[in-house]
Amino acid sequence: MQVFAGLSQERIVFGLALLLCILFAVALPGFLTADNILNLVRSVSILGILGVAMGLVVIGRGIDLSLVSLMAVSVAWTLSLIGRDMPLAEALAIGLVFSLFIGAVNGWLVGYVEVPAIFATLAMGTLVYGFGRYFLFDLDVVYMPDSALQILWLGQGKLFGIPVPIFVFAVVCLVGYLFLRYARSGRYLRAIGDNLLAARVAGVPARPIIVLQYVLSSLIGYIAGIVTAGSVASMNTRLAISTYVYDVILVVVLGGIGLSGGKGNIRNVIVGTLLIGVLLNGMTIMDIQYTVQNVIKGIILLTAIMIDTILNPRDEQTAQQGDI
Amino acid sequence: MAVSDRITRWRYRYVPDHLLGEILTKRWVDNAIPLLILLAVALVFGSLIPDFFGPASISSLMRQWGEFALIVLALMIVMVAGGIDLSVGSTFALGNIVALALLNVAEWPVAAVIVGTLACGAAVGLVNGLLVGYLRLRAFLTTLVTLIIVRAVVDMLLLKYSVAIAAAFVDSDFWYYLGEGYVLGLPFSVVVAAIVAIVAHLVLTRSRAGWHVLATGGSRRSAHNVGISVRRVICATYVVSGTLSALAGLLFASRLGGAGADTGVGLEIAALTAAVLGGNSLGGGRGSAAKAIMGSIIVMIMVNGLVRLGITRGGSSLLLGIILLAAVAIDVRWLKNRHKLLSKVYVSPTYAELPPAPATEGESPYALNDRLRPVEAIGLNRIDGPEDVILDEDDNIYAGNRTGDIVRFHAPDYSRQEVFAHVGGRPLGMAFARDGSLLCCIGGMGLYRITRDRKIEKLTDETNRSWFSVIDDSRLRLADDLDIAPDGRVFFSEATIRYEMHEWPVDCLESRGNGRIICFNPSTGVTRTVLKNLLFPNGICMTLDGQSFLFAETWACRVSRYWFDGPKQRQVETVIADLPGYPDNINRASDGSYWLALVGMRTPALDLALKMPGFRKRMARRIAPDEWMYPNINTGCVLRFDETGRIIETLWDLGGENHPMITSMREHKGYLYIGGILNNRVGRLKLAGVDAGWTGQRSYWGRA
Repeated sequence: MQVFAGLSQERIVFGLALLLCILFAVALPGFLTADNILNLVRSVSILGILGVAMGLVVIGRGIDLSLVSLMAVSVAWTLSLIGRDMPLAEALAIGLVFSLFIGAVNGWLVGYVEVPAIFATLAMGTLVYGFGRYFLFDLDVVYMPDSALQILWLGQGKLFGIPVPIFVFAVVCLVGYLFLRYARSGRYLRAIGDNLLAARVAGVPARPIIVLQYVLSSLIGYIAGIVTAGSVASMNTRLAISTYVYDVILVVVLGGIGLSGGKGNIRNVIVGTLLIGVLLNGMTIMDIQYTVQNVIKGIILLTAIMIDTILNPRDEQTAQQGDI
Repeated sequence: MAVSDRITRWRYRYVPDHLLGEILTKRWVDNAIPLLILLAVALVFGSLIPDFFGPASISSLMRQWGEFALIVLALMIVMVAGGIDLSVGSTFALGNIVALALLNVAEWPVAAVIVGTLACGAAVGLVNGLLVGYLRLRAFLTTLVTLIIVRAVVDMLLLKYSVAIAAAFVDSDFWYYLGEGYVLGLPFSVVVAAIVAIVAHLVLTRSRAGWHVLATGGSRRSAHNVGISVRRVICATYVVSGTLSALAGLLFASRLGGAGADTGVGLEIAALTAAVLGGNSLGGGRGSAAKAIMGSIIVMIMVNGLVRLGITRGGSSLLLGIILLAAVAIDVRWLKNRHKLLSKVYVSPTYAELPPAPATEGESPYALNDRLRPVEAIGLNRIDGPEDVILDEDDNIYAGNRTGDIVRFHAPDYSRQEVFAHVGGRPLGMAFARDGSLLCCIGGMGLYRITRDRKIEKLTDETNRSWFSVIDDSRLRLADDLDIAPDGRVFFSEATIRYEMHEWPVDCLESRGNGRIICFNPSTGVTRTVLKNLLFPNGICMTLDGQSFLFAETWACRVSRYWFDGPKQRQVETVIADLPGYPDNINRASDGSYWLALVGMRTPALDLALKMPGFRKRMARRIAPDEWMYPNINTGCVLRFDETGRIIETLWDLGGENHPMITSMREHKGYLYIGGILNNRVGRLKLAGVDAGWTGQRSYWGRA
């Protein structure tokens, strides 16, 4: 075991990402061009932002399967509001409030009603998508109206020659890191993820913190949604029922944030994002069929969960009834 | 009696408050809520949509339901074992495309297609089972991922074969019969679903394998500890689930004959909603085929109703999401709070008035004295709680203890003791049969016999079930005391049918009359209840006429006589109506009278409270059990009475030093042997002026 002592999952994954990079660089013409690399990081930064949101929730021993669905619907609503000549700020505010509200409901369901997180958020994802399709918009794709061109800058603009989404990713990572490291509620969040009962006994206001973690994830999700909308000038609401949210989970689990909570940091998200980004980009360049990509991602995710289970075995003593 | 008292008494006699609590203890109450939802949904959609339950509509509805119900059943089986299987929707789609591909492209015969499709589903289930069962991955995430993978595989198969499938023509009547045929007027898929449901029901409720599944879901660790192969059980549930999902896909294929990209998309959410709405718990241990069927009908009606009402897909997934969340929230809260609700409503006190307590001083026959002072202790600190004591022909003492032994103290000095028999439970009243074997009532177990050579035999542990009793009263919960009629019939009391042994004070708080007297006939082996609704019947003692027995009702402070034979058959007469304390065991005395133990004395406060059921109910609901009013059992006495109810003498221990608490006494060769359920000794008192050769057995069974 001495050999593996210095090897955390994080380092292994980072190593793998580098290895893949080199492999692709050698094998795939056009991979190691400045354009492609920037493109890679830009496209991956949205996944990374979502990864930070998911990471925060997972560290608190939760999971948010409604993340992508909520992002798609709230941003699509914002866009369609702008399309109906609502001022940009007002539309953004409405979308944001909607997003935060759903996040709070998620938190309430998990924290106060004690519905298993995975279940509450899965149902919420379906609910939010249904709500959007029924009440808010009729078409799958909501296009960005001309009056919202400021948003485009967030997705397509450049600062010092570097795409803006990368900056957004960096800022979100930094804020997330500071929150977990220095904010009292951030530390509480980790304590709850580590051992909910012990944290509660120690006086941590567990339920409000659980609500906070879902509100935070929906906030970050909204930011990611705006960046997405900015980069493709539209929002495809079918994203809500796609498998995109599992890519996010893949990022988090691969990066080394244990699903049993309490472990991991923002660094793990970055590393996971790199690996998945390289992988996705490589597969796209290799022109692998979309369905086959799904199979490959699924198998990688299964393997990651398996390794996660072996590394962080579930504690039967503290596992609760219904914790599935 | 005051008018208000009378009203209270009538109110508590005719309103069955206890039924609510008893209904809540039943498992079938879980099914009541889904059933109500089902009726409501059927009513709403039936009235909103004209002809919703018309013949044409119902036929297509039922055929779809058959397939859907199979998937819900599959999910239910996995959920009962504590897992979850989200891949059912994809496996359904896989079953569909595989069946069509095998039939149209590979051109297999239909029977082989069925086998191949089911094997395919079982294989997906096996992968899930190995991952979740043996590798112990999280069921939810794992099956989500297999959902994605299987869905991707289906898409790949679609790309490859959909054109060929659409072009081919199947020439098999049997194949079309699967999708369009009727059995006894019912669509084929409904019959399949019904058969699967019945089999699932029988397996879950009647078979070892099903019990293993339920045990695993109920508590994984306990199931492992009792030796169930938890991993194998879980793996097996996933295999079953995969197979059933593929079967549903096969039926779907034979009905529509085409493969589309959206086959089975979102089906897992609908199935999950159905399963949870039916009352199957997330996390396992609670679920049944009936619940799955009810849930599937509800969801089927709602989804189809919404389509018929012209509401788009968004609307139905919005509604499904809301219903799913609400159902899960109710499920979680109900499971968490059910026992709290139950403990609040189960105790249901009723009106019980006791006659005024006679004085225990002055000229009263119950006047206090110190006649138990000279009692000597046998087995001091070496026996824990001898409720009853009895002596055999060789003067050895037998007494039960708290740990389920019958202890024997050897004559003549009783310093040597041994465990005569370990019977388990809580040995209470005892009696010797004609052949010298020892019969014993064992709390929590029933009526047992220990033969002379120490063989333990169960005589009975159940009686006839009452027709209209909500709780199952066929099991014996608290067999208390017994005596044997001359013809060998055993009459024994069961103190309460609503509480366990350790909850006896709560039965007093209720004072409802939950006890009964039961007769076991050894010649036929039949057990029958002879008297019901008694207030904690306790001691039983045959009278000398061989046709009747005396019995004491503890919370009624009453001794009565019941004739089981002779001219007064089936009559009950009160012998002593107003004891100053709570009577326990009764035994014969040497001069034809009877000994009676009072386990505790009445107190004015509790006597008054018995007339105030509302007060006692509030007490039981609002304050902790430690603070409730309990009958006093700190002090009691032994008294002797005759068949007319006259009290001949009373024996007290004034200082409370030797025998303050008495549940039983036996006269034997001029001595009185005393037992107490909370005592650490057996007492012995020399009686003056009695037949020094008299033993209970010889006088009763008439042998030398």
